Formats: sequence, C-alpha cells, structure tokens
Amino acid sequence: MARKVSTQRKWVATIAAWAIAFVIFFPILYTIITSFKTESEAIAGISLIPSGTLENYFEVQSQRDYFKPFMNSVVISVGSTLIALLIAIPSAWSMAFSPTKRTKDVLMWMLSTKMMPAVGVLVPMYLLFRDTGLLDTRLGLTIVLTLINLPIVIWMLYTYFREIPGEILEAARMDGASLFNEIVYVLTPMAVPGIASTLLLNIILAWNEAFWSIRLSAANAAPLTAFIASFSSPQGLFWAKLSAASTLAIAPILIMGWFSQRQLVRGLTFGAVK
Amino acid sequence: MATRQTRTLARLMMAPSVILLFIWMIVPLAMTLWFSFQNYNLLNPANVSFAGLFNYKFFITDPAFIQSIWNTLVIVVGVLLITVIGGIALALLLDQPIFGQGIVRILIISPFFVMPPVAALVWKNMIMHPGYGVLADINKFFGLRPVDWFAQYPLLSIIIIVAWQWLPFATLIVLTALQSLDEEQKEAAEMDGANFVNRFWYLTLPHLARAITVVILIQTIFLLGVYAEILVTTNGGPGYATTNLAFLIYRTALLGYDIGGASAGGVIAVILANIVAIFLMRAVGRNLDK
Repeated sequence: MARKVSTQRKWVATIAAWAIAFVIFFPILYTIITSFKTESEAIAGISLIPSGTLENYFEVQSQRDYFKPFMNSVVISVGSTLIALLIAIPSAWSMAFSPTKRTKDVLMWMLSTKMMPAVGVLVPMYLLFRDTGLLDTRLGLTIVLTLINLPIVIWMLYTYFREIPGEILEAARMDGASLFNEIVYVLTPMAVPGIASTLLLNIILAWNEAFWSIRLSAANAAPLTAFIASFSSPQGLFWAKLSAASTLAIAPILIMGWFSQRQLVRGLTFGAVK
Repeated sequence: MATRQTRTLARLMMAPSVILLFIWMIVPLAMTLWFSFQNYNLLNPANVSFAGLFNYKFFITDPAFIQSIWNTLVIVVGVLLITVIGGIALALLLDQPIFGQGIVRILIISPFFVMPPVAALVWKNMIMHPGYGVLADINKFFGLRPVDWFAQYPLLSIIIIVAWQWLPFATLIVLTALQSLDEEQKEAAEMDGANFVNRFWYLTLPHLARAITVVILIQTIFLLGVYAEILVTTNGGPGYATTNLAFLIYRTALLGYDIGGASAGGVIAVILANIVAIFLMRAVGRNLDK
C-alpha cells in the first residue's frame, strides 16, 4: 500500500528536487542555449534567451568539418559494439547455459581485464599501433574499443541470458532442434531485449571513451572526443561554436542514455544492483 | 544434462572471447614490463640497453611522482565524498513522491552521458571562467570578486567537474537500490515510532550497503585514470598541481619520449589499480554466488 502523503510535503520535495535538477542540468542547458548565440552574445554575461542564430552550426561544419569526426564516432562506436556482440553472444550463451565449475572464475577473470588502467599499457599500444600502421585509423580505434568493452558486453549478456529459463531450451532440444536452430529460433527472440540494451549501453560507453580515442588518433580518425578536445587550445573567442559542436556531440547519446537508464545500472554494476 | 558434445561446443563458443581477452591482457602488459627495464628513448631509438631498476628509481624519485600520487588520491577521495554523500541525499529526495519525477530523473542523470572533453570545456569556459563564466557573473552580481578557479583552486576545479559527471551514476544506483527496499518494513518502522534519522541509520543505510560499495569501487577504478578532464582544462598545471599518475605517465611517454620511464610508471599504475580491483572482484563475486 502506498502511504498517504500530505500535499504540502509533496510540494516541498518537488520544489527541492526540481531546484537541484536545474542546477545539475544547468551546464548542459547553458551549452545548448549558448550554441544559438552569436560569439559576442556568448561572452556578454548570463542570458538564458539567445538570439536564435544557427550560424554556429553552419560554421562548425564549414570551418572545422564537423561531419568527419561525427562519422568517425559513429563508425567506431557502432562498429566496435557490433563486433563485441558478435564475439560475446556465443561466449555468454555457453556460460549461461552450460556452466562448468570454472565459469565463475572465467567471468571474474574477464572482468579483471577491465581493471587494467589504460595508462599502464599506453606505451606498448602506441608503439604497436605506430609499427602496424594502425595509428590514427578507424580500424585501430575500433579494435581497441572492442577489447575494452568486451568484458562488459559479455557480463551484461550473461546476466540477461541467465534469466532465460533453461527448461525452454531443453524442451526445444527434446523436440529435436539442432543447436543452430535452438540459438536462432528459441534463444535469440527471448534474448533480444537484453542484447538491445547491451548494444545501447556499449555504444554510449564507446562514444564517450576519451583516453584511447584521443591518444591513438589524429586528423584522420579523430572521433568527437578528440575533436572537442582540440577546442581546448585558445584561438580567440569561440564559445558559441564550441557550444554548437558540443551540443551536436552529446545530443544523440543523451537521448539514447535517457532510454537506457535502467540497463545502465545493471550493466555498470555487473548485475550487482538491479 | 549437457552431453560431451555440447560441452565441447560450449568451449568452442567461448574460445574467441577468451583468446582475445587473454592476448589483450598479456601482450601489452608484458611489453610494458619489458620496456620498464630498458633504456629506451624515442628521440634516440637506436640506442636501447638494459637499465635494471633505473627507470623505477628515476620515476619514483621524480618530485612530480609523489605529487602525482597525492593528486590521484585527492581526486579519488574528493570525488567519492561528493558523489556518495550527494548521491545518497539526492536518491532519498527522488524516492519521495514528487511531481514530474520522470523529468527530474532525466535531468539529473544527464551529466553522465556527456563525454569528458565536453564536460570539462563547458565547465572551464562557460561556468568557471573568471571573466565571462556564469559563476563570475553571479559573484559580480553580489559585488564580489570573481574567482579564477583554475589558477586559485586547480585541483578542486577538476574535482568539481569530475564529481558533476559521476554524481548521476551514484544517485541512480543508490536510487535503484532504495526502490527495492521493502515498503512494509519502512511502514513497520514508522509505526513503531522510529524517526527519520533512526529509520535511515538502522534500516535504509544497511540496505544500501552493497549498492554504495559497488559505487565506491567502480568509481575508484575510473577515477584512478581521470585523464581527458585534465588534458583539456589545466594540462596538468599550474606546475604539477593537477597532474595525477595517469597524466604523469602520458607526459613522460608522449611528451618526454621516455619509453622506459613511462613504462615503469605504467607498471606502478597497474599495481595500484590491482589493489583496488581485488576488493571490487570480491564484492562482485559475492553477488554471483547468490
């Protein structure tokens, strides 16, 4: 039974929550607002009403070729996520449905590879990439991001697969379904929601990854993280343009994120909090 | 029961992921370890020789090393304090019945989805800038001198930015745990006359223990490696004021071209992270048993 709450108390909580939410969201809101200002408006003091110019968006494209890093981000984050899924689905499937004594150890070990600090292997990765010509290529970044996110992908899929009742698979097997059919016609339809949220969360993580994507890319393969970071060198007044570029860079992922709140908790805590 | 055939198949299906992760774990780490015992400078790549423990000695006795360890700790602890306490408080608030809860949740979770370079540059230029930032405008409105955040409080500025990014994560996880708290238990405690403080201390907090542990451990892993936020705001300065271990290694390797020294730093970073990781694995492992 829900408790009866006094209207007064509800209003107090509402006002407090909205005030805090406004403060927390303010930097994002202000970035969006500033992107519609002219450069001189942008530094003229607080104003929540922009003149509504779209000039910055056009200039970010015409002067800095925004579309190129945007496409790099799309290709690298989607590409690495799809490859990771392709490798992870069979792996998570077999651990969820044919667990052995060592399954738990294998899972823990996979997770432990995620704990390795990136800087710890910056030097060899840089040298390997330089010597194999992978430096500043989409392929190189896709490979690295696939490997970084693979443990999370496997874990997320594993926690979802484990909730699928094994009896259904056994029934399918009794009816003579081959392993291939079992996966394609029985398991996959039940696993699609889990796979979808794994996909979503990992595109978000890959999109925002800001160590390898900055260090292993230059002009050619730079995704949005590296592109935005390049705005840090002072080159006159550019805040409105920076805001436009930032808004474009975070908008798609913000919207995806809003849809995957629940899965985010689950995925990032490896199923420890649901 | 799994037959032998399906067991073999299961192994085959796991093989690609296991092999890839094994290579990913072993090869770069072994190379780091190898380089850490070599005199190897990219400016003089023809002249490589065995260095013994020289690189470690060089890296550890560098005055920047102690400061970078200290800065790393301050960032981790500072951000954890803000996000854990703030996250619990916010989650308790959001757990109340409020109007427009869905929208409030969306607004509060949003910073987590902002890529680090954007977060850092927006804070640096539009919020904390001493001339044109929003905080400076507010100070001026009240007749106060604007604060030059990155010059006066560089490390605190970094902590604020990183905490802003992670507060949503802590809030969301604590809130999720809070919502699984048995409503009847709460009601029973209330009927027995337990006040808010007692209910929180004896009922809610123990229930949240695991969620808070997970938040602390996962954040620590990421916070040990804060990088992009430093790169685009202070570039490690002024001096070494905001250089953490990750940033020092990057500086040694790619700006100092010192492969041996940076590798020694890398090994140290791996060891530190592993100490933290052991605790995390235990916490997650316990959950897997259930």
